[in-house]
Amino acid sequence: MQPSEISGIIKARFAKAQDSAAGDIIVPGEILLDVARYLRNPPLAFDNLHCITAIDRKDKVELVYTLYSICGHHGLTLRVYLTQGDLNVDSLSEIWKSADWLEREVYDLFGIIFKGHPDLRRILNPYDWKGHPLRKDYSSPAIVAKPKL
Amino acid sequence: MDTAQTKDIYTEEFLINMGPQHPSTHGVLSLELKLDGEIVTGCTPHIGYLHRSMEKLAENRMYTQFIPFTDRLDYVASMNNNLGYVMAAEKLMNIEIPERAKYIRVIIAELNRVASHLVATGTFAQDLGAFATPLFYCFREREKIVDIFDRLCGNRLTYNYMRIGGVQFDLSDDLIDMIKVFIKYMRPRIDDYEQLLTSNVIFLARSKNIGVLTKDLAISYSVTGPNLRASGVKWDLRKDLPYLVYDKMEFDVPVGENGDSWDRYKVRIEEMRQSLRIVEQAIDLLPAGDPTVKVGRIHKPAPSEAYFRTENPRGELGFYLVSDGSACPYRLKIRSPSFSNLAVVPELVKGVKMADLVCILGSFDILMGEIDR
Repeated sequence: MQPSEISGIIKARFAKAQDSAAGDIIVPGEILLDVARYLRNPPLAFDNLHCITAIDRKDKVELVYTLYSICGHHGLTLRVYLTQGDLNVDSLSEIWKSADWLEREVYDLFGIIFKGHPDLRRILNPYDWKGHPLRKDYSSPAIVAKPKL
Repeated sequence: MDTAQTKDIYTEEFLINMGPQHPSTHGVLSLELKLDGEIVTGCTPHIGYLHRSMEKLAENRMYTQFIPFTDRLDYVASMNNNLGYVMAAEKLMNIEIPERAKYIRVIIAELNRVASHLVATGTFAQDLGAFATPLFYCFREREKIVDIFDRLCGNRLTYNYMRIGGVQFDLSDDLIDMIKVFIKYMRPRIDDYEQLLTSNVIFLARSKNIGVLTKDLAISYSVTGPNLRASGVKWDLRKDLPYLVYDKMEFDVPVGENGDSWDRYKVRIEEMRQSLRIVEQAIDLLPAGDPTVKVGRIHKPAPSEAYFRTENPRGELGFYLVSDGSACPYRLKIRSPSFSNLAVVPELVKGVKMADLVCILGSFDILMGEIDR
Protein backbone atom coordinates (compact mmCIF):
# COMPACT_ATOMS: atom_id res chain seq x y z
CA MET A 1 0.00 0.00 0.00
CA GLN A 2 1.34 3.45 -0.89
CA PRO A 3 1.81 6.09 1.87
CA SER A 4 -0.73 8.38 0.18
CA GLU A 5 -3.35 5.59 0.23
CA ILE A 6 -2.72 4.94 3.93
CA SER A 7 -3.00 8.60 4.86
CA GLY A 8 -6.18 8.85 2.76
CA ILE A 9 -7.79 5.95 4.65
CA ILE A 10 -6.83 7.41 8.04
CA LYS A 11 -8.00 10.92 7.20
CA ALA A 12 -11.31 9.62 5.89
CA ARG A 13 -11.89 7.84 9.22
CA PHE A 14 -10.49 10.51 11.56
CA ALA A 15 -11.15 14.12 10.62
CA LYS A 16 -8.60 15.42 13.14
CA ALA A 17 -5.64 13.56 11.58
CA GLN A 18 -3.33 15.69 9.44
CA ASP A 19 -0.46 15.16 7.03
CA SER A 20 2.93 16.53 7.95
CA ALA A 21 5.45 17.94 5.49
CA ALA A 22 7.52 14.76 5.65
CA GLY A 23 4.59 12.50 4.76
CA ASP A 24 3.79 11.41 8.33
CA ILE A 25 0.42 11.50 10.04
CA ILE A 26 -0.12 13.88 12.96
CA VAL A 27 -2.90 13.01 15.39
CA PRO A 28 -4.02 14.84 18.53
CA GLY A 29 -3.18 13.02 21.76
CA GLU A 30 -6.80 12.55 22.82
CA ILE A 31 -7.70 10.33 19.83
CA LEU A 32 -4.39 8.39 19.76
CA LEU A 33 -5.86 5.28 21.36
CA ASP A 34 -8.79 5.18 18.91
CA VAL A 35 -6.47 5.69 15.95
CA ALA A 36 -4.14 2.95 17.20
CA ARG A 37 -7.02 0.49 17.63
CA TYR A 38 -8.17 1.28 14.13
CA LEU A 39 -4.66 0.84 12.70
CA ARG A 40 -4.14 -2.50 14.42
CA ASN A 41 -7.05 -4.15 12.64
CA PRO A 42 -7.81 -4.60 8.93
CA PRO A 43 -7.82 -2.92 6.44
CA LEU A 44 -4.50 -1.40 7.54
CA ALA A 45 -3.42 -4.21 9.93
CA PHE A 46 -0.30 -2.67 11.45
CA ASP A 47 0.79 -5.65 13.51
CA ASN A 48 4.21 -4.35 14.52
CA LEU A 49 4.90 -1.27 16.64
CA HIS A 50 8.54 -0.99 15.76
CA CYS A 51 9.71 2.01 17.74
CA ILE A 52 8.48 4.80 20.01
CA THR A 53 10.60 7.84 20.60
CA ALA A 54 10.26 11.49 21.51
CA ILE A 55 11.93 14.71 20.48
CA ASP A 56 12.10 17.69 22.84
CA ARG A 57 11.45 20.73 20.63
CA LYS A 58 11.63 23.07 23.66
CA ASP A 59 8.16 24.60 23.07
CA LYS A 60 6.58 21.16 22.60
CA VAL A 61 7.47 17.48 22.81
CA GLU A 62 6.99 15.37 19.73
CA LEU A 63 6.17 11.67 20.11
CA VAL A 64 7.07 9.52 17.12
CA TYR A 65 5.55 6.06 16.60
CA THR A 66 7.06 3.92 13.87
CA LEU A 67 4.58 1.28 12.76
CA TYR A 68 4.93 -1.52 10.32
CA SER A 69 2.68 -4.15 8.88
CA ILE A 70 4.55 -7.39 8.33
CA CYS A 71 1.54 -9.10 6.75
CA GLY A 72 0.69 -6.15 4.49
CA HIS A 73 4.23 -4.88 3.94
CA HIS A 74 3.62 -1.18 4.50
CA GLY A 75 4.84 1.35 7.04
CA LEU A 76 3.65 4.50 8.77
CA THR A 77 5.08 7.14 11.06
CA LEU A 78 2.59 8.57 13.53
CA ARG A 79 3.26 11.80 15.42
CA VAL A 80 1.67 13.29 18.50
CA TYR A 81 2.51 16.79 19.69
CA LEU A 82 2.39 17.38 23.43
CA THR A 83 2.62 20.76 25.11
CA GLN A 84 5.31 21.16 27.78
CA GLY A 85 2.80 21.70 30.60
CA ASP A 86 0.75 18.58 29.86
CA LEU A 87 2.95 15.59 29.06
CA ASN A 88 0.23 12.94 29.25
CA VAL A 89 -0.81 10.51 26.57
CA ASP A 90 -2.64 7.19 26.41
CA SER A 91 -0.59 4.03 26.59
CA LEU A 92 -0.71 1.67 23.62
CA SER A 93 0.54 -1.34 25.57
CA GLU A 94 -2.83 -3.09 25.43
CA ILE A 95 -2.68 -3.05 21.62
CA TRP A 96 0.97 -3.83 20.96
CA LYS A 97 3.02 -5.63 23.60
CA SER A 98 6.23 -3.97 22.43
CA ALA A 99 4.85 -0.64 23.65
CA ASP A 100 5.37 -1.77 27.26
CA TRP A 101 9.16 -1.37 27.38
CA LEU A 102 9.34 1.31 24.70
CA GLU A 103 6.96 3.55 26.66
CA ARG A 104 8.89 2.92 29.86
CA GLU A 105 12.01 4.11 28.06
CA VAL A 106 10.31 7.29 26.83
CA TYR A 107 8.97 7.92 30.35
CA ASP A 108 12.42 7.43 31.83
CA LEU A 109 14.22 9.71 29.41
CA PHE A 110 11.54 12.35 28.71
CA GLY A 111 9.10 12.18 31.60
CA ILE A 112 6.04 11.58 29.48
CA ILE A 113 3.26 9.90 31.46
CA PHE A 114 1.55 7.07 29.60
CA LYS A 115 -1.93 6.73 31.05
CA GLY A 116 -3.07 3.13 31.48
CA HIS A 117 0.42 1.64 31.31
CA PRO A 118 0.58 -1.51 33.47
CA ASP A 119 3.98 -0.84 35.03
CA LEU A 120 5.34 2.65 34.36
CA ARG A 121 8.77 2.54 36.03
CA ARG A 122 12.16 3.82 34.97
CA ILE A 123 14.02 1.33 32.81
CA LEU A 124 17.50 2.54 31.86
CA ASN A 125 18.25 4.88 34.74
CA PRO A 126 18.25 3.79 38.39
CA TYR A 127 14.80 3.83 39.99
CA ASP A 128 15.74 6.75 42.28
CA TRP A 129 17.17 8.94 39.51
CA LYS A 130 16.12 12.60 39.48
CA GLY A 131 15.05 14.27 36.27
CA HIS A 132 14.63 13.08 32.72
CA PRO A 133 17.99 13.15 30.94
CA LEU A 134 17.00 13.62 27.31
CA ARG A 135 15.00 16.77 28.00
CA LYS A 136 16.80 19.79 26.59
CA ASP A 137 16.58 21.62 29.94
CA TYR A 138 18.24 18.74 31.80
CA SER A 139 21.75 19.58 32.83
CA SER A 140 24.42 17.73 34.68
CA PRO A 141 28.03 18.70 35.29
CA ALA A 142 29.15 15.44 33.72
CA ILE A 143 27.84 16.43 30.29
CA VAL A 144 30.60 17.58 27.95
CA ALA A 145 29.89 20.94 26.36
CA LYS A 146 29.27 21.18 22.64
CA PRO A 147 32.46 21.80 20.63
CA LYS A 148 32.71 25.37 19.28
CA LEU A 149 32.62 25.46 15.49
CA MET B 1 10.89 -40.32 52.01
CA ASP B 2 7.63 -41.39 53.54
CA THR B 3 4.83 -38.99 54.35
CA ALA B 4 5.63 -38.90 58.02
CA GLN B 5 8.91 -37.19 57.22
CA THR B 6 7.71 -34.87 54.43
CA LYS B 7 4.53 -33.54 55.99
CA ASP B 8 6.36 -31.15 58.26
CA ILE B 9 8.43 -29.60 55.46
CA TYR B 10 7.44 -25.98 55.00
CA THR B 11 7.29 -24.87 51.35
CA GLU B 12 6.74 -21.42 49.89
CA GLU B 13 7.56 -19.36 46.83
CA PHE B 14 10.79 -17.50 47.12
CA LEU B 15 12.54 -14.66 45.32
CA ILE B 16 16.00 -15.05 43.90
CA ASN B 17 18.21 -12.58 42.10
CA MET B 18 19.87 -13.96 38.99
CA GLY B 19 22.59 -11.52 38.02
CA PRO B 20 23.79 -8.82 37.44
CA GLN B 21 26.95 -10.90 37.75
CA HIS B 22 25.98 -14.29 36.39
CA PRO B 23 27.69 -16.29 33.62
CA SER B 24 24.44 -17.12 31.85
CA THR B 25 22.96 -13.64 31.64
CA HIS B 26 25.40 -12.59 28.90
CA GLY B 27 26.36 -9.33 30.49
CA VAL B 28 25.05 -7.32 33.39
CA LEU B 29 21.42 -8.34 33.28
CA SER B 30 19.59 -8.83 36.54
CA LEU B 31 16.55 -11.09 36.66
CA GLU B 32 14.35 -11.06 39.72
CA LEU B 33 12.90 -14.56 39.75
CA LYS B 34 10.00 -15.94 41.71
CA LEU B 35 10.53 -19.65 42.18
CA ASP B 36 8.27 -22.45 43.29
CA GLY B 37 10.84 -25.15 43.92
CA GLU B 38 12.58 -25.38 40.57
CA ILE B 39 9.75 -23.84 38.55
CA VAL B 40 9.90 -20.17 37.58
CA THR B 41 6.58 -18.49 38.36
CA GLY B 42 7.59 -14.89 37.77
CA CYS B 43 10.42 -12.99 36.15
CA THR B 44 11.16 -9.27 36.27
CA PRO B 45 14.23 -8.11 34.35
CA HIS B 46 16.14 -5.10 35.63
CA ILE B 47 18.30 -3.52 32.97
CA GLY B 48 20.39 -0.37 32.76
CA TYR B 49 23.59 -1.52 34.46
CA LEU B 50 25.52 -0.66 31.31
CA HIS B 51 23.65 2.57 30.55
CA ARG B 52 26.16 5.08 29.19
CA SER B 53 23.61 7.62 27.87
CA MET B 54 24.76 7.23 24.28
CA GLU B 55 21.77 9.19 23.00
CA LYS B 56 22.58 12.19 25.19
CA LEU B 57 26.28 11.98 24.32
CA ALA B 58 25.39 12.08 20.63
CA GLU B 59 23.77 15.49 21.09
CA ASN B 60 27.17 16.91 22.03
CA ARG B 61 29.22 15.16 19.34
CA MET B 62 29.60 15.89 15.66
CA TYR B 63 28.14 13.38 13.22
CA THR B 64 31.51 11.80 12.43
CA GLN B 65 32.56 11.76 16.07
CA PHE B 66 29.72 9.44 16.98
CA ILE B 67 30.85 6.52 14.77
CA PRO B 68 33.20 5.01 17.42
CA PHE B 69 30.36 5.11 19.96
CA THR B 70 28.31 2.80 17.78
CA ASP B 71 31.05 0.17 18.14
CA ARG B 72 30.25 0.03 21.83
CA LEU B 73 26.55 -0.73 21.32
CA ASP B 74 26.62 -4.27 19.99
CA TYR B 75 30.29 -4.99 20.50
CA VAL B 76 30.09 -8.47 19.00
CA ALA B 77 28.92 -7.03 15.67
CA SER B 78 30.54 -3.59 15.61
CA MET B 79 30.75 -3.39 11.83
CA ASN B 80 27.00 -3.79 11.49
CA ASN B 81 26.43 -1.02 14.01
CA ASN B 82 28.83 1.29 12.18
CA LEU B 83 26.95 0.48 9.02
CA GLY B 84 23.52 1.27 10.45
CA TYR B 85 24.66 4.63 11.79
CA VAL B 86 26.50 5.82 8.68
CA MET B 87 23.60 4.73 6.47
CA ALA B 88 21.22 6.83 8.60
CA ALA B 89 23.61 9.79 8.46
CA GLU B 90 23.98 9.43 4.70
CA LYS B 91 20.22 9.35 4.32
CA LEU B 92 19.98 12.54 6.38
CA MET B 93 22.69 14.26 4.34
CA ASN B 94 21.62 12.83 0.95
CA ILE B 95 25.05 11.40 0.24
CA GLU B 96 25.32 8.79 -2.49
CA ILE B 97 28.25 6.43 -1.96
CA PRO B 98 30.32 4.72 -4.71
CA GLU B 99 29.36 1.24 -5.90
CA ARG B 100 32.62 -0.24 -4.59
CA ALA B 101 31.88 1.03 -1.10
CA LYS B 102 28.47 -0.65 -1.18
CA TYR B 103 30.00 -4.01 -2.03
CA ILE B 104 32.77 -3.67 0.55
CA ARG B 105 30.16 -2.82 3.18
CA VAL B 106 28.13 -5.89 2.29
CA ILE B 107 31.22 -8.15 2.46
CA ILE B 108 32.32 -6.76 5.82
CA ALA B 109 28.83 -6.74 7.33
CA GLU B 110 28.20 -10.35 6.34
CA LEU B 111 31.57 -11.50 7.70
CA ASN B 112 30.74 -9.80 10.98
CA ARG B 113 27.36 -11.52 10.96
CA VAL B 114 29.12 -14.89 10.74
CA ALA B 115 31.43 -13.88 13.61
CA SER B 116 28.45 -12.80 15.71
CA HIS B 117 26.47 -15.97 15.05
CA LEU B 118 29.56 -18.00 15.97
CA VAL B 119 29.63 -16.31 19.36
CA ALA B 120 25.89 -16.89 19.73
CA THR B 121 26.16 -20.59 18.85
CA GLY B 122 29.18 -21.22 21.05
CA THR B 123 27.80 -19.50 24.12
CA PHE B 124 24.38 -21.10 23.65
CA ALA B 125 25.95 -24.57 23.64
CA GLN B 126 28.00 -23.59 26.68
CA ASP B 127 24.82 -22.49 28.46
CA LEU B 128 23.34 -25.93 27.83
CA GLY B 129 26.28 -27.62 29.47
CA ALA B 130 28.41 -28.50 26.43
CA PHE B 131 31.38 -27.31 28.37
CA ALA B 132 34.10 -25.52 26.41
CA THR B 133 34.32 -27.65 23.23
CA PRO B 134 31.76 -25.88 20.99
CA LEU B 135 32.78 -22.53 22.45
CA PHE B 136 36.44 -23.11 21.61
CA TYR B 137 35.59 -24.32 18.10
CA CYS B 138 33.42 -21.26 17.45
CA PHE B 139 35.99 -18.84 18.81
CA ARG B 140 38.70 -20.53 16.76
CA GLU B 141 36.78 -19.69 13.57
CA ARG B 142 35.81 -16.25 14.82
CA GLU B 143 39.49 -15.54 15.30
CA LYS B 144 40.03 -15.89 11.53
CA ILE B 145 37.40 -13.23 10.84
CA VAL B 146 38.89 -11.00 13.52
CA ASP B 147 42.28 -11.43 11.83
CA ILE B 148 40.79 -10.27 8.54
CA PHE B 149 39.32 -7.20 10.25
CA ASP B 150 42.61 -6.58 12.03
CA ARG B 151 44.41 -6.50 8.68
CA LEU B 152 41.65 -4.32 7.24
CA CYS B 153 41.43 -1.60 9.86
CA GLY B 154 43.83 -2.39 12.71
CA ASN B 155 41.23 -3.25 15.35
CA ARG B 156 39.98 -6.53 16.71
CA LEU B 157 36.75 -5.64 18.49
CA THR B 158 35.75 -2.02 18.05
CA TYR B 159 36.49 -1.41 14.40
CA ASN B 160 35.31 2.15 13.68
CA TYR B 161 35.64 1.27 10.01
CA MET B 162 32.60 2.66 8.19
CA ARG B 163 32.67 6.32 7.27
CA ILE B 164 30.03 8.80 6.22
CA GLY B 165 30.60 8.65 2.45
CA GLY B 166 32.30 5.27 2.25
CA VAL B 167 34.77 3.23 4.25
CA GLN B 168 38.03 3.96 6.03
CA PHE B 169 40.35 1.77 3.96
CA ASP B 170 39.98 0.03 0.63
CA LEU B 171 39.75 -3.77 0.50
CA SER B 172 43.12 -4.86 -0.89
CA ASP B 173 43.71 -7.87 -3.14
CA ASP B 174 45.50 -9.92 -0.50
CA LEU B 175 42.62 -9.31 1.91
CA ILE B 176 40.22 -10.59 -0.75
CA ASP B 177 42.40 -13.70 -1.04
CA MET B 178 42.32 -14.05 2.74
CA ILE B 179 38.51 -13.89 2.71
CA LYS B 180 38.33 -16.46 -0.10
CA VAL B 181 40.56 -18.83 1.88
CA PHE B 182 38.40 -18.25 4.94
CA ILE B 183 35.16 -19.11 3.11
CA LYS B 184 36.70 -22.37 1.88
CA TYR B 185 37.83 -23.14 5.43
CA MET B 186 34.57 -22.10 7.08
CA ARG B 187 32.01 -24.15 5.11
CA PRO B 188 33.08 -27.58 6.45
CA ARG B 189 33.37 -26.11 9.96
CA ILE B 190 29.67 -25.23 9.95
CA ASP B 191 28.96 -28.87 9.06
CA ASP B 192 31.16 -29.85 12.01
CA TYR B 193 29.04 -27.80 14.42
CA GLU B 194 25.92 -29.42 13.04
CA GLN B 195 27.39 -32.87 13.57
CA LEU B 196 28.34 -31.88 17.07
CA LEU B 197 25.08 -30.24 18.12
CA THR B 198 22.10 -30.34 15.74
CA SER B 199 21.04 -33.97 16.28
CA ASN B 200 22.85 -34.45 19.56
CA VAL B 201 20.44 -36.19 21.93
CA ILE B 202 21.31 -34.07 24.94
CA PHE B 203 21.18 -30.86 22.91
CA LEU B 204 17.78 -31.83 21.48
CA ALA B 205 16.44 -32.77 24.90
CA ARG B 206 17.55 -29.47 26.32
CA SER B 207 16.40 -27.16 23.50
CA LYS B 208 13.49 -28.77 21.59
CA ASN B 209 10.09 -27.35 22.59
CA ILE B 210 11.71 -25.11 25.17
CA GLY B 211 10.66 -21.46 25.08
CA VAL B 212 8.20 -21.68 22.20
CA LEU B 213 7.62 -18.21 20.80
CA THR B 214 4.52 -18.04 18.64
CA LYS B 215 4.30 -15.96 15.48
CA ASP B 216 1.72 -13.50 16.82
CA LEU B 217 3.53 -12.96 20.11
CA ALA B 218 6.83 -12.37 18.31
CA ILE B 219 5.33 -9.73 16.01
CA SER B 220 3.40 -8.08 18.83
CA TYR B 221 6.58 -7.75 20.92
CA SER B 222 8.45 -6.49 17.84
CA VAL B 223 10.95 -9.33 18.09
CA THR B 224 13.21 -9.21 15.05
CA GLY B 225 16.10 -11.00 13.41
CA PRO B 226 16.79 -14.74 13.72
CA ASN B 227 14.45 -14.94 16.72
CA LEU B 228 11.51 -13.77 14.60
CA ARG B 229 12.44 -15.99 11.68
CA ALA B 230 12.70 -19.02 13.97
CA SER B 231 9.01 -18.46 14.77
CA GLY B 232 8.16 -18.96 11.12
CA VAL B 233 7.91 -15.36 9.93
CA LYS B 234 9.82 -14.91 6.70
CA TRP B 235 10.96 -11.37 7.35
CA ASP B 236 14.44 -10.16 6.55
CA LEU B 237 15.16 -6.51 5.77
CA ARG B 238 17.87 -7.57 3.34
CA LYS B 239 15.12 -9.18 1.26
CA ASP B 240 12.04 -7.19 2.16
CA LEU B 241 13.42 -3.63 2.21
CA PRO B 242 16.81 -4.11 0.54
CA TYR B 243 19.56 -1.58 1.13
CA LEU B 244 23.10 -1.38 -0.29
CA VAL B 245 23.34 -4.10 -2.96
CA TYR B 246 21.45 -6.90 -1.23
CA ASP B 247 18.87 -6.90 -4.02
CA LYS B 248 21.57 -8.09 -6.44
CA MET B 249 22.57 -10.99 -4.20
CA GLU B 250 21.08 -14.43 -4.29
CA PHE B 251 20.40 -15.91 -0.88
CA ASP B 252 17.67 -17.69 1.06
CA VAL B 253 15.97 -16.58 4.24
CA PRO B 254 15.95 -19.56 6.61
CA VAL B 255 12.86 -19.87 8.82
CA GLY B 256 12.03 -22.15 11.71
CA GLU B 257 8.82 -24.08 12.32
CA ASN B 258 8.07 -24.12 16.04
CA GLY B 259 9.85 -21.04 17.36
CA ASP B 260 11.60 -23.01 20.10
CA SER B 261 15.19 -22.65 21.26
CA TRP B 262 16.41 -25.30 18.86
CA ASP B 263 14.88 -23.45 15.89
CA ARG B 264 16.61 -20.25 16.92
CA TYR B 265 19.93 -22.08 16.99
CA LYS B 266 19.24 -23.74 13.63
CA VAL B 267 18.27 -20.48 11.92
CA ARG B 268 21.59 -18.96 12.98
CA ILE B 269 23.52 -21.94 11.60
CA GLU B 270 21.71 -21.61 8.27
CA GLU B 271 22.23 -17.85 8.21
CA MET B 272 25.98 -18.36 8.48
CA ARG B 273 25.87 -20.44 5.29
CA GLN B 274 23.80 -17.79 3.53
CA SER B 275 26.16 -15.04 4.67
CA LEU B 276 29.12 -16.90 3.20
CA ARG B 277 27.16 -17.17 -0.06
CA ILE B 278 26.58 -13.41 -0.07
CA VAL B 279 30.26 -12.68 0.62
CA GLU B 280 31.29 -14.96 -2.24
CA GLN B 281 28.95 -13.25 -4.69
CA ALA B 282 29.92 -9.76 -3.54
CA ILE B 283 33.62 -10.54 -4.06
CA ASP B 284 32.89 -11.74 -7.60
CA LEU B 285 30.89 -8.62 -8.41
CA LEU B 286 33.22 -6.15 -6.62
CA PRO B 287 33.72 -3.19 -8.98
CA ALA B 288 36.97 -1.22 -9.23
CA GLY B 289 37.33 2.42 -8.19
CA ASP B 290 37.65 4.62 -5.15
CA PRO B 291 35.43 3.44 -2.27
CA THR B 292 35.05 6.84 -0.63
CA VAL B 293 33.53 10.15 -1.63
CA LYS B 294 35.16 13.23 -0.15
CA VAL B 295 32.57 14.79 2.11
CA GLY B 296 34.67 16.55 4.75
CA ARG B 297 34.60 16.07 8.48
CA ILE B 298 32.06 18.65 9.58
CA HIS B 299 28.56 18.09 8.30
CA LYS B 300 25.76 20.56 8.75
CA PRO B 301 22.68 18.92 7.26
CA ALA B 302 19.57 21.01 6.68
CA PRO B 303 16.93 20.66 9.42
CA SER B 304 15.33 17.31 8.67
CA GLU B 305 14.89 13.81 10.02
CA ALA B 306 15.99 10.38 8.86
CA TYR B 307 15.17 6.93 10.14
CA PHE B 308 17.12 4.02 8.78
CA ARG B 309 17.05 0.42 9.85
CA THR B 310 19.37 -2.39 8.93
CA GLU B 311 19.32 -6.13 9.51
CA ASN B 312 21.83 -6.75 12.27
CA PRO B 313 22.84 -10.22 13.46
CA ARG B 314 20.50 -9.71 16.43
CA GLY B 315 17.62 -8.13 14.57
CA GLU B 316 16.58 -4.77 13.21
CA LEU B 317 18.78 -1.93 14.31
CA GLY B 318 17.30 1.51 13.66
CA PHE B 319 18.93 4.91 13.94
CA TYR B 320 16.65 7.93 14.08
CA LEU B 321 18.55 11.15 13.42
CA VAL B 322 17.09 14.63 13.80
CA SER B 323 19.05 17.62 12.57
CA ASP B 324 18.54 21.27 13.49
CA GLY B 325 21.10 22.58 10.97
CA SER B 326 24.05 22.51 13.38
CA ALA B 327 27.09 20.23 13.28
CA CYS B 328 25.74 17.93 16.03
CA PRO B 329 22.55 15.85 15.89
CA TYR B 330 19.60 17.46 17.66
CA ARG B 331 18.41 14.03 18.68
CA LEU B 332 19.58 10.51 18.04
CA LYS B 333 17.44 7.52 18.89
CA ILE B 334 18.88 4.03 18.73
CA ARG B 335 16.27 1.35 18.30
CA SER B 336 18.20 -1.70 19.37
CA PRO B 337 17.01 -5.21 18.51
CA SER B 338 18.01 -6.89 21.79
CA PHE B 339 15.89 -4.42 23.79
CA SER B 340 12.69 -5.67 22.19
CA ASN B 341 13.93 -9.26 22.10
CA LEU B 342 14.54 -9.27 25.85
CA ALA B 343 11.10 -7.80 26.56
CA VAL B 344 9.43 -11.04 25.49
CA VAL B 345 11.58 -13.28 27.72
CA PRO B 346 9.54 -12.82 30.97
CA GLU B 347 6.48 -14.03 29.08
CA LEU B 348 8.24 -17.18 27.86
CA VAL B 349 9.87 -18.27 31.11
CA LYS B 350 6.69 -18.56 33.21
CA GLY B 351 6.25 -22.18 34.21
CA VAL B 352 9.58 -23.48 32.97
CA LYS B 353 12.38 -24.89 35.06
CA MET B 354 15.18 -22.64 36.16
CA ALA B 355 17.68 -24.49 33.93
CA ASP B 356 15.44 -23.95 30.90
CA LEU B 357 15.39 -20.24 31.61
CA VAL B 358 19.14 -20.27 30.96
CA CYS B 359 18.47 -22.11 27.69
CA ILE B 360 15.81 -19.60 26.58
CA LEU B 361 17.95 -16.61 27.48
CA GLY B 362 20.92 -18.12 25.64
CA SER B 363 18.89 -18.89 22.55
CA PHE B 364 17.73 -15.27 22.28
CA ASP B 365 21.34 -14.11 21.99
CA ILE B 366 20.83 -10.80 23.77
CA LEU B 367 23.65 -8.36 24.29
CA MET B 368 23.53 -5.85 27.13
CA GLY B 369 25.66 -3.24 25.35
CA GLU B 370 22.83 -2.37 22.99
CA ILE B 371 19.99 -2.93 25.43
CA ASP B 372 21.30 -0.40 27.95
CA ARG B 373 23.02 1.87 25.41
